Amino acid sequence: MAVTLEHYLVVSITLFSLGLFIVMTRRNGIRMLMGVELILNSANLNLIAFNRYLPGMDVSGNIFAVFVIILAAAEAAVALAIVLAIFQQFSTIQLDEISSMKH
Amino acid sequence: MDALHSIIFYILAAIVLASAAFTAFSSNLVHAAFSLLFTFFGLACLYIQLGADFVGVSQVVVYVGGILVLLLFGVMFTGSIAGGITRQTLQTKWSALVLVVLMAVMLPIVYVTPWGVMDAPQDKALTSNVELIGKLLLTDYLLPFEIASLLLLVALIGAVVIARGEPKVQDKVEDKNETAAV
Repeated sequence: MAVTLEHYLVVSITLFSLGLFIVMTRRNGIRMLMGVELILNSANLNLIAFNRYLPGMDVSGNIFAVFVIILAAAEAAVALAIVLAIFQQFSTIQLDEISSMKH
Repeated sequence: MDALHSIIFYILAAIVLASAAFTAFSSNLVHAAFSLLFTFFGLACLYIQLGADFVGVSQVVVYVGGILVLLLFGVMFTGSIAGGITRQTLQTKWSALVLVVLMAVMLPIVYVTPWGVMDAPQDKALTSNVELIGKLLLTDYLLPFEIASLLLLVALIGAVVIARGEPKVQDKVEDKNETAAV
């Protein structure tokens, strides 16, 4: 039984759901970042699978995946900087305990 | 050949999904970060299996070498190794419900949509596409490429500025004195 496009899409959907589950349930800032990374990776898997299986594309999907990786790197750096700044201010990174606009 | 391809795919998919699930349900933040390592490596292997060698290698370099280390630094700096499981009881039920509905919508879409797949995708020659990606990045995708480099610069400076934090009040006074002295 050959692996088809649908197999990869199902893996990607499951990965996306797990990432979304993390983002929705966890209150820890770093854990939420992990969920966001999972979601971005599922998008990447979709792009590359479509690039491989659909006609008429050379490597466009790959290039978009590279851009997604670039964005993920920038996002992770800035988000972790924000988490560290929050930790300096509030001494916690439980996001539901951070409700004041001014400290 | 086809059977081998399938077996490798199933092994990789199992690794990716199992470690991602461990990341989602583990209560220890360090364990979650380390199981994310297997997710990223498995995904890199899946990319290479799909003929995207450059993206696979970038995945290892950027995610495993960069983002994962950053996440671990974040865990260590904030000392929140065992955090996160206490307050999640409220939303778990609703989140699970939302996800079940979402998957019930998305999975049929995957199988119902006529994707127009190529007849024999296996025949597409599996050569290295690094050269092609390089050429396209500097021709067709030049503008996004330059914008991405600008974005990385901005993110770098922004991350440093944010992580340095607000100087304390005494520091501000000292700063003023210093500038006055200068």
